[in-house]
Amino acid sequence: MNDIFPFLKNLTSASGLSGYETHVAEIIKEKWFPLVDEIQVSQVGSLHGVKRGKSDKPQLSILIATHMDAIGLMVTNIDDGFLSFTSIGGVDPRVLPGQPVYVHASGKKSKDHKPLPGRVVQPSNFLLPPEMTSAVVPIERLIIDTGLTSKQVIELVQVGDLVSFAQEPLALSGETIAAHSLDNRAAVAALTICLEELQTMIHRWDVWAVATVQEEIGLVGAYTSTFQIRPSLAIVVDTTWAKGPGSDDWNTFPMGQGPTFLFGPNIHPKLHGTFKDLAEKLEIPFKIEITGRHSGTDAFATQVVAEGIPTMAICIPIRYMHTPVEVATIKDIQRTGRLLAQFISQLDDDYMKSIELE
Amino acid sequence: MKELIRTLTETFSPSGYEHAIRSTIRGMIEPFADEIKEDAMGNLIARKGERTKNGKRVMLAGHMDEIGLMASHIDEKGFIRFTGIGGINLQTLFGGRVKFINGVQGMIGGEPITDISHSLVINQLFIDVGADNEKDCPIKVGDVAAFERPFVDLGKRVMAKAMDDRVGCAVMVEALKRFKKSPHEIFFVFTTQEEVGLRGAGTSAFGIDPEIGISLDVTRTGDTPKAKKMAVTLGDGPAIKIKDGGMLADIRIVNWMIRVAEKNKIPFQREILEGGTTDAKAIQVSRSGVPAGCISIPCRYVHSPSEMVDIDDVENSTRLLSSLMEDPIEL
Amino acid sequence: MAQTTSLSKKQIQIIERLSNAMAISGDEGEVRKIILDETSPYTSSHKIDSLGNLLIEIKGKGRNRVKVMLAAHMDEVGFMISTDEGDGIYRFETSGGIDLRQLPGKAVMVGKDHFPGVIGARPIHLTSAKERKETIPLSSLRIDLGPGMKSIKPGDGATFGTRFQQIGQSMMGKALDDRLGVGILIDLIKDPPPNIDLQFAFTVQEETGLRGARVAAFSFDPDLAFVIDSTPANDLPTWDGEENHNYNCRLGEGPAIYRADGASFSDPRLVRLTEETAIKEKIPYQFRQPGGGGTDAGSIHTQRSGIPSISISIPGRYAHTAAGLARISDYLNTLKLLKATLKSIPANILEQERK
Repeated sequence: MNDIFPFLKNLTSASGLSGYETHVAEIIKEKWFPLVDEIQVSQVGSLHGVKRGKSDKPQLSILIATHMDAIGLMVTNIDDGFLSFTSIGGVDPRVLPGQPVYVHASGKKSKDHKPLPGRVVQPSNFLLPPEMTSAVVPIERLIIDTGLTSKQVIELVQVGDLVSFAQEPLALSGETIAAHSLDNRAAVAALTICLEELQTMIHRWDVWAVATVQEEIGLVGAYTSTFQIRPSLAIVVDTTWAKGPGSDDWNTFPMGQGPTFLFGPNIHPKLHGTFKDLAEKLEIPFKIEITGRHSGTDAFATQVVAEGIPTMAICIPIRYMHTPVEVATIKDIQRTGRLLAQFISQLDDDYMKSIELE
Repeated sequence: MKELIRTLTETFSPSGYEHAIRSTIRGMIEPFADEIKEDAMGNLIARKGERTKNGKRVMLAGHMDEIGLMASHIDEKGFIRFTGIGGINLQTLFGGRVKFINGVQGMIGGEPITDISHSLVINQLFIDVGADNEKDCPIKVGDVAAFERPFVDLGKRVMAKAMDDRVGCAVMVEALKRFKKSPHEIFFVFTTQEEVGLRGAGTSAFGIDPEIGISLDVTRTGDTPKAKKMAVTLGDGPAIKIKDGGMLADIRIVNWMIRVAEKNKIPFQREILEGGTTDAKAIQVSRSGVPAGCISIPCRYVHSPSEMVDIDDVENSTRLLSSLMEDPIEL
Repeated sequence: MAQTTSLSKKQIQIIERLSNAMAISGDEGEVRKIILDETSPYTSSHKIDSLGNLLIEIKGKGRNRVKVMLAAHMDEVGFMISTDEGDGIYRFETSGGIDLRQLPGKAVMVGKDHFPGVIGARPIHLTSAKERKETIPLSSLRIDLGPGMKSIKPGDGATFGTRFQQIGQSMMGKALDDRLGVGILIDLIKDPPPNIDLQFAFTVQEETGLRGARVAAFSFDPDLAFVIDSTPANDLPTWDGEENHNYNCRLGEGPAIYRADGASFSDPRLVRLTEETAIKEKIPYQFRQPGGGGTDAGSIHTQRSGIPSISISIPGRYAHTAAGLARISDYLNTLKLLKATLKSIPANILEQERK
C-alpha cells in the first residue's frame, strides 16, 4: 500500500468527534508542519496551514477545506453503571447494536485512564416497550456496557463524555481501507498528498489548507475559517456515496473510478469547468455529481461567506457512509490529492478574470 | 429577585415587537451601565468594564422576546384567526388566555378537533375577544399577542409565562447590578427575535466581535413523570450546557465554567438538551468564530403558559455568572 | 380604487421576455442578459458577483442620503437533468419547491437552446384505480426530448414550457414569481427617485435558500432594504363554502405589504412609512397574511449588524406551477407605491425607535 496508508490509519484511529477535534487536529498538525510555512488554529479549533506562493500581486489565495470532525456518541445519563447516549452528527441506530466503542471518561478519577472500552448493547425484548419487539430499537433505548461496576462507572464517567467507535482500520483486498471516519479523514489524507506534491512544484497563489471543525453540526468551521481567511477561491473536499450493496441509485458512484466533481447551484460553473478540463488533460478519471441545492458539504457555507466566494466541491466515493466500517480505495484518495496539486500549480494571476460570469 | 422576575415576565413582547420589554429593561440597567445603545434589530446593548491587558471582550446574551401569536384574519363574526410566532406548542393553546400588545384580552377557542397532532390544527383555532363582528373587533390583521398568565410565587419555586427567557434576562440584570470589578470588557446584550431563529444574537455578535460568548437561557428538566431522560433537575443548580440540538459548547468554556463553579462552591449540573438551542449558537458561528457556551436555568414546561423555575437555581446562576466575569479567564 | 395608468406595450414586452426566459437557481444568465439589455442605457456600471447576482448602483443627489438596497430574484423553480437514460429520456431533480402533483403531462423546455420536451405519465388504461390515488413519485417521472437528442447532459436546467400571455387585465405565464419583481426594478432603474442612493440587487438562488441576497447584502451594506417578490393569492372559494381565512392576499387589491413571514419581520418603521404613503397617495394596498413563506429579506436583514428590511409583493395565483396569474393593476400599483415610498424616506428614519 502507498505511504499515505499509515497516516490514514493513524487518522482514523484517533477520536475527533464534532466539537472535540483536538486529538485528530494534533495528528494533522504534526503531519502538515513540515509541508507549510505557518500553522494556526482558529477561534473554534479549525486548523489553518498556509503555504505561500510566488506571486507578488496582492495575494491571490485558494482555500482547500476538509472537515476533520467525525460523528459519534455522547453520554447523556448514567443508571446503575449503564450509559445512555445521544448521537453527535447523523448516526443510523441500526448499525449500533454490538458495536465496540471507547468511552472518553473525564470524571475525577479518570485522569490517568485511557479511554474505556465498551460495547453498545441492545436490551432484551422484555426490557423494552412491547412495540419494539423485533423492531429497530431507537437510540434512546440502547445502552453502553463498559464491564465496570456501577461504583467504578460513577467515579470515572460523566454526563457529556464522548464515545467514539473503536473499530480498528482494516486493509481489505484491492488496496482499500475499511475504517470509521473515512468521512472525512480520507479527504484530509488527499489534501495532505496535495501538500506533499506541492513541495516540488512552483505555485503563484497562496494555499490555505484548512481542516475544519464541526461540519457534521452545521458547518461551523467552514463559515468561520472562510470568513477569517477570505480566499479568492474555495475548494471543498469531502466524501460521497459509492455504489455498493444497498446503494445503487442515480446519485451513487463507482468506487475506484476517481473522485466526483459536484455541479449545481452550490458550485461555481466555470470553476467546475476548469477541474473537468484539467482532469481530462491529465487523464484522471472522474464522474460528475449533480447536487440540486445543498451539496451536503462545507461548500454550502464557503459559497456564501461575506461577498461570496467561487466554490467547488470534489468528493471521494466511500461505501457505507456514517457506519464504523466505511470503505474507500487508496487510489481515489491519491488521484484527488494529485489533481488538487496540479490545479493549484496552474493558477495564474488572470484566473479570477477568466471565470467571471456574464 | 422575585419581583424582578415578576416585572419582566408580565411584560408583553413577542419576537419582532420587543419595545415594551426593551424599555423596561433599559430603565432598570441604565444607571449601572458604562454605555448603552440599541441597534438596527432592536437589541439592547449595555457595556460594562474596561478590557485590561489579559482581559477579554465578552458578550453575554439573554433574549428579551417571547413566543406569541399574530392575528392573520378577522372573520365576519369577529373571531380572530392567527399564526404562531416562534415555537408554539399547539397542545397548550386550547382554552388559553391571551393579551394583545394594545391591551385587548381574549381566549383561544377551537373548532371540534379530531386529531391534535395534525399540522394544520392551528387553522382550526381562533381567538375570541368578545366581539360580535369584524367591524366591532378591536383587533386587526397583524396585531400581536402573547399568553396571559400572572406570575405566581410558590415559595421555593416561581412560575409565569415567558420564563423563557425573562429569567435569563433577570440573571443578567442582577449580575450587572452586582458588578464589582472585572478584568474584562463585558457586553450585556438583551437580544431580539431568538425564538424565530436567533436573529438578534447573530447581528449583535457581528457588531460587537467578541472573544467569548455566553448565553443565558432556560433548559428543560428530566424530573417530571415519564419525562424524556435528561440529567437536569429543578433545584440542583444552574446547568452548564455541553450540547443541545443546535450546537456543541466549546469544551474550554465548559471546563472553565466548571472550574469556577467548583472554586466558588456553586452547585451545577451538566446539560445535554435534545432539541432546542440558544443564542450561543449564533454567536459561535459569527465572523471568524467565537468560543461559546451557555448557562442554563432549569425550567419545567418550557413553551407553555406556566413555566416553572427554582429560585435557588436563579440565584446560583447569578452567582455563577458574576464569578465567571470576575475570573481572569484562562481557557 | 385609484385610477391606474396602463402598462405600456414596452413594459409588457419586457415582462413577456422575462417570463419566457429560463433561469433556474444557479443558472440565471439568460435573465441577467435581458436585464442588462434593458438597463445599460440608464446606468454607467454594473457588477456580477461570484454567485451571479447582478448588482447596479445609482447614486442620488443631496446630502445625508440613505442607502437603500432593492432586491428581486432572477431564479424560478424548475428542474435539473440528473441522468441521461438514452433514447431521449432523462431523469431529473426539482430545483426549488414544486408540488409533484403539478408535473405529470406537462410541456417543458430544456437547456440553453430551450429544446421542447414533455413530462409524460403512464396511460390511464394501464393503471389501476388504487394507483391513480397515489401521487406519481419523482423517481418515476422522466423528461422526454425525443429519440436522438444528443446535446442535453446532466446538469442542464429545465422549466415549464409555458408562453406568456396577456389576457385582458391579467397576465398569465410561468415564473411570474419573481419576474414581475424584476420588471418593477427595471422600471425603477429607468426612473429612479433622486433623494436616495439606490443599490439594485437582481439576486440568484432565492428559491433554493435565499442565498444570493445574503452575499449581495453583505457587499452593499445598505442602510435599508426593500424586497419585491410575488406572493400567492389563495383567494379561491373554500371546499365547504365557509369563509376563506387563509387567502394570504387577494388579486386586484394592490401591492401586498408584509408584516411577518417565515423568514423575517418587516421593520415596523418601514411598514408604517409604506402604509402612510399608500394612504396619502391613494394607492390601493393590502397586508399579506402573516406567517409562512420567505423572501430575500430573510437573509438580507440578518447580514452584518442587521439591516432594517421590508417585503412588498405583487399578488399572484398558482405560484410555482406551470402558469401563474397576476393583475396588471397590481403590478402598476406596486410600482407606484414603491416609487412614492422611496421618495418619502426621511433621512433620519433609523433614529426613530424600532417599534
